[in-house]
Amino acid sequence: MKYFARKFGFFVATLWAVVTLNFLIPRLQPGDPAEIIVKKLAGKDAALDPAQVRAMRAMLGAPDGSLLQQYATYLGELVRGNFGLSYSYYPFKVTEVIGQAFWWTVVLVTVTQVLSFAVGIVLGAYAAWRRNSRFDSFVTLGSTFLGTLQPFWIALLLLYVFGYTLGWFPTSGGYEESTPGFNFAFIQEAVSHSFLPALALLIVTPIGWILGMRNTMIMNLGEDYIRLAKAKGLPDRVVALKYAARNALLPSVTGFALALGGVLGGAILVEQAFDYPGLGRLMGEAVENKDYPLLQTLMLLTTVGVLIANLVADLLYGVLDPRARRAES
Amino acid sequence: MTTTPLNDVMAEGDPTQRANVEQVPDVERPDRWWQVVWSSRKARIGIVIVAAYVLVAVFAPLIAPHDPLDSSFTPLAGASGENWLGTTTDGRDIASQLIYGSRISLLVGLFGGLLATMIALVIGMISGYAEGTIVDDILSFITNVALVIPTLPLIITLVAYSEVRGVWLIVGVIAITSWAGGARAKRAQIITLRNRDFVTAAKFSGEGTMRIVFREIMPNMSSLVAAAFVGSATGAIGAEAGLAVLGLGDSQSVSWGTMLYQANAQGAITQGLWLWVFVPGLVLAILMTGMAFINFGVDLLSNPHLREDA
Repeated sequence: MKYFARKFGFFVATLWAVVTLNFLIPRLQPGDPAEIIVKKLAGKDAALDPAQVRAMRAMLGAPDGSLLQQYATYLGELVRGNFGLSYSYYPFKVTEVIGQAFWWTVVLVTVTQVLSFAVGIVLGAYAAWRRNSRFDSFVTLGSTFLGTLQPFWIALLLLYVFGYTLGWFPTSGGYEESTPGFNFAFIQEAVSHSFLPALALLIVTPIGWILGMRNTMIMNLGEDYIRLAKAKGLPDRVVALKYAARNALLPSVTGFALALGGVLGGAILVEQAFDYPGLGRLMGEAVENKDYPLLQTLMLLTTVGVLIANLVADLLYGVLDPRARRAES
Repeated sequence: MTTTPLNDVMAEGDPTQRANVEQVPDVERPDRWWQVVWSSRKARIGIVIVAAYVLVAVFAPLIAPHDPLDSSFTPLAGASGENWLGTTTDGRDIASQLIYGSRISLLVGLFGGLLATMIALVIGMISGYAEGTIVDDILSFITNVALVIPTLPLIITLVAYSEVRGVWLIVGVIAITSWAGGARAKRAQIITLRNRDFVTAAKFSGEGTMRIVFREIMPNMSSLVAAAFVGSATGAIGAEAGLAVLGLGDSQSVSWGTMLYQANAQGAITQGLWLWVFVPGLVLAILMTGMAFINFGVDLLSNPHLREDA
């Protein structure tokens, strides 16, 4: 139980740190943040639009009070789920704007994360089993090279080849004319629009799993219990899958949440290229339009999402591996 | 100075150290560190690649046929003797942009990598040496928080607030968001070294904690630090490209990421200008692969078991 309490404690403490960081970032600049931001948005000579000022004040809490008062207001608004109004989609609330994009990214990231985990584990395990074979060096070297490719660049190339030249897939957006919802036409369009973005991510994201799985598995293959299993005359397939791979899988679970941050970063870039209607594109728009309330909320949302995934992975790890629980109690 | 077998490889350049080694005639002289690195074929390839990029970056004004920001060419021209890779939609020479772009990537890689490694070293070493104390608890907590926060959204938010996006701002932001993994590795490493005899000896001879950590223990980790630096530098180069691709690059100069951003923004793909898109990403990937290859050689320093395979 102590293990779970510790992990939950870390989650709460991290959550607090992130929320506070989110509060501090706009205030890092000297002077009154609301005034500076509004001036920046409006340009030096332009007249200030009171609506913009209101949106900015809503985001910043009460910029007139002391830092501590502002912090209290900020936390209060946060608990009530009030993230202010979007500047570029004024007068819509930030939460409404994000709600439109939320599931696009969640589905894209979840599907790629699960697929890349599966692909990575299988390739990594096989490369370790056939260590120093041609397959192994192909996978290892190939991963090293593919891992350096920019997701945005891969996305543009896929667009060029499969979108424009061959015309197999749509080149931008998330759907055509159907109404979003649970109907066949929409799902079909969403899948065909999501195929290339997911592929672009899948070229890069399994690499961490491949190399990690390969290393753990090679270490496990040197253990005595593997030698015993071989000496017993168990078939290779059983030794590889049930003995070595099964044990090597465990450390990968802890990496799951950390890798999620990477996949998310990739998704932000890939969504730009495909004009995919998710959180990443929204983030790009927020940056371009200096929509700070939207940007801040997106930062907070994505970070908290990764934190929750991290907590779940940690708890799951505790269930799967009794040693982790015992070591700390 | 310490006299553990571990630092023989890395401290070779130090004259006092060499004297120590030569006093032991029976032991075969170990390979110098550059011989070890060079013995790996991958590392050789990597060094040649990176060296070529450095030369191009240093001599960019001599190599590049034009000013990268000169927009006086015929827009959308194909590859020709005048414009090796054609021109952009606003009439800039793509080849010259590519050549000058190497400067930003290498600059960000060098300084972003250095800064991130330094932060990782200080936090990881102090935290590991103070393992079990409140100092370690605090530093470890900060490290773990920094590790789980997804980097790109944070970098984007930090950079989006600044009006002038110089290359130094980008270097700084990348460094303060990417040190955590390195710090954790250094902490684990120092915990294994902390109870060695030479550290105990240093403690008994009355040396201060800072001196023990950074002068006695750190030299034993030089190869790991070097590998971490190359890794951070590679990461910094990738992060700069990621930022620039979103339009958050240095506004004063051309980088490969900015080239991709402009190519996408001005519809290079729809107009079939695939060279404009293809080449910047490719040169970026080759540079980063070269750096990863160098690390295969650096790994041989810290793990002698790998050397036979090379």
